[in-house]
Amino acid sequence: MDWQLDGLILARVQFAFTIAFHIIFPAFTIGTSAFVATLEGYALATGSERHRYLARYWTKVFAVSFAMGVVSGIVLSYQFGTNWSRYSEVVGNVIGPAIGYEVLTAFFLEAGFLGIMLFGWQRVPRSVHFAASILVALGTAISAFWILSANSWMQYPAGYEMKDGIAYPTDWWAIIINPTFPWRFAHMLTAAYITTALVVTAVGARFILRNRHLDDAHTMLRMGLGLLMVLAPLQLFIGDRHGLNTQEYQPAKIAAIEAHWPAEAVAPLILFAIPDMEAEENRYEIALPNLASLILTHEWNGTVTGLKAFAPVDRPPVGPVFYSFRIMVGLGLFMIALAYWGGYAWLRGRLFSADRFLFVAANSWPLGFIAILAGWMVTEIGRQPWVATGILRTSEAASPVLAAQVGASLALFVLVYAIIFAAGIFYMNRLLNKGPERGSATEHGVPHRPLSGAGGGRAEPSTQARV
Amino acid sequence: MEEWLPAIWIGLLGVAVTLYVLMDGFDLGLGILFPLARDRVERDQMMSSVAPFWDGNETWLVLGGGGLWVAFPKAYAIIMPALYIPVIVMLLALILRGVSFEFRVVSENRAWDFTFFFGSLVATFAQGLILGGLIQGVVVRDGAFAGGPFDWFNAFTLCCALGLIAGYGLLGVTWIMLKTEGPVRDRMRALAVPLLAAVMVFVALVSLWTPLTVSRIAERWFAWPNIGMLWPLPILTAGLAFLVLRAIWADGRFLPFFGTMGIFLFCFLGLAVSTWPFIVPPPGDGPGGVTVMEAASSPETQLFLLVGALALIPVNLAYTAFNYWTFRGRVRPGDTYH
Repeated sequence: MDWQLDGLILARVQFAFTIAFHIIFPAFTIGTSAFVATLEGYALATGSERHRYLARYWTKVFAVSFAMGVVSGIVLSYQFGTNWSRYSEVVGNVIGPAIGYEVLTAFFLEAGFLGIMLFGWQRVPRSVHFAASILVALGTAISAFWILSANSWMQYPAGYEMKDGIAYPTDWWAIIINPTFPWRFAHMLTAAYITTALVVTAVGARFILRNRHLDDAHTMLRMGLGLLMVLAPLQLFIGDRHGLNTQEYQPAKIAAIEAHWPAEAVAPLILFAIPDMEAEENRYEIALPNLASLILTHEWNGTVTGLKAFAPVDRPPVGPVFYSFRIMVGLGLFMIALAYWGGYAWLRGRLFSADRFLFVAANSWPLGFIAILAGWMVTEIGRQPWVATGILRTSEAASPVLAAQVGASLALFVLVYAIIFAAGIFYMNRLLNKGPERGSATEHGVPHRPLSGAGGGRAEPSTQARV
Repeated sequence: MEEWLPAIWIGLLGVAVTLYVLMDGFDLGLGILFPLARDRVERDQMMSSVAPFWDGNETWLVLGGGGLWVAFPKAYAIIMPALYIPVIVMLLALILRGVSFEFRVVSENRAWDFTFFFGSLVATFAQGLILGGLIQGVVVRDGAFAGGPFDWFNAFTLCCALGLIAGYGLLGVTWIMLKTEGPVRDRMRALAVPLLAAVMVFVALVSLWTPLTVSRIAERWFAWPNIGMLWPLPILTAGLAFLVLRAIWADGRFLPFFGTMGIFLFCFLGLAVSTWPFIVPPPGDGPGGVTVMEAASSPETQLFLLVGALALIPVNLAYTAFNYWTFRGRVRPGDTYH
């Protein structure tokens, strides 16, 4: 059935596109909301007006990013059904509740306090506003908890039994806290905070280089870089643990990451290669002997299970997994280097005049996003050919809809997302370049500014009518 | 307990979808009315009246979609492919209007005013087609959708879609009457009576159309003893519409809005009466259809999420109430919350 095959590829491209687009925004808002809450907490504790203005400044950027995350996220909760109805039916009993709990514990929490966070600056006391920002930040992290729990279950299902081809739950604890979940969750959450730290650092560096908003820029640079110096190396440790966990539960993925073909052998660390799945070997390989064994088994001569230990139909596509992994790790190592380059300048008291460092930092803002996308490609393509490992193959999970429908909707998603992505990035960049605003409401010609999180104006609360 | 779970869940899902329709209904309706605002001040005033709420309103849609998947995966797996095109169109339209809330503030570009209107209108139209497509039934074979890609498009579903546009428009107008003051409120109020009339015409049309074409629905309503119990529903709906009409004439504040919500609620009850026990009704009097019991997920699944839902939905309603309370009061021309 040809149409099914074509429809399948289109459905996969559509899901990959819509989820890759989506993840950029929550990854950023998880960190920005926590950053805003931190700034507000500091302002409350010390009475610092600068931190309060900075909190408002970052809230505007957060608002645009959050709106884009919300609308692109709604798509996903329906796409499981429109394009992947077999998947929804086979695993719905088991991982559906994770999505349900995500809505009940995270989305409502975020939505309930978002209005106050964006528009309540003059409406509620500062402490209540601070609490609202904390709750929104908490909501974003809880959302990550549930969605990573569901994803991890697909990677390595646990706590279920199969009856007539449908998965049934047997142990909720095992389903939610499944074996690959804790490290994956830690890895993703840390990645989200690192991504924001890089953006904050970049904005601080940008202003210092342009000699504008210097006090604010110094605060941002110190806070962003300080966080990066802690989290970037921590992420290396978490990533290592996550990798060892993957080796235990998803050895085929690790074999693809390392492009390691022999069924069981000492593994070199391959720096570059063009994996050839037909010939079951690598071309143009450049490798360091034994190093992958050392990383994966923490022993010089440890053996690693390779791709040939799995039937060809059970192997993930090697190339995309292999390259994405190298992009992710390369960027991660660069972030550590960047953090300590800045740290060294800081130690010598030259952080704000280290122009070369500032230039590199100012241009490093996209790296967190790229690393996150690369990491997700490793883990999701590495899960193939399964949509839920051992239970359902991706090729058997699609909906009975025409390829033309999937293709047309894909084209529309690409069109709409391209427009709003370009506009969103353009506006966020412009908001960031404007810098934190100060002064009285009249100075900025407020009163006719509409009500939006991205609006900068303020009016006195007394102008508000009361019921 | 086990046989009650699907009934509890369909009730809960009904509540989620109803809350979605009522709450996002007024902000979608406001979007449909957007071009009728005269200038930037009026548009900003309209926007300010919904800006703190729209995200929370839309969360009920995620709960509706997610809840359908969790509690009735077999129905979710049939309905979404069956209504593929209107569902995708709705999602795209919601994206356009959702980002417009923020984009129109950070840029002076009028394009985002247009996308807000256009997205609201198209999303509503698509939701009407989805509603009509569900009421008229879905072709199912071997537990999977087996119809054509355009089954949801015909005179009946079109009638539902136009009816929903009028209904959301009325919610939007009455919301503006409740939450704003000044010229924009007066201008919108003039639309309330025509919209109410349109809503009642469409309600009557759909209410007659379904029993006349589907004998299963005719029997449900008109066979004894059902008719003895059900006759108050249409009478109450008409009575409520009359109360709303008088309140609009009297320039009331709360009654037009909450009365319109009541009309929506009665219509929902009517649809539930017509459709029960199906969650995916068969087309016309044809065979097939999937009942609430048949589509249910495992009792363990339903119970596990039910515990959370019963504990957390009241908490979520409390956040929502706190949010509406924080931003209480009418928005005047030129007002902002900043």
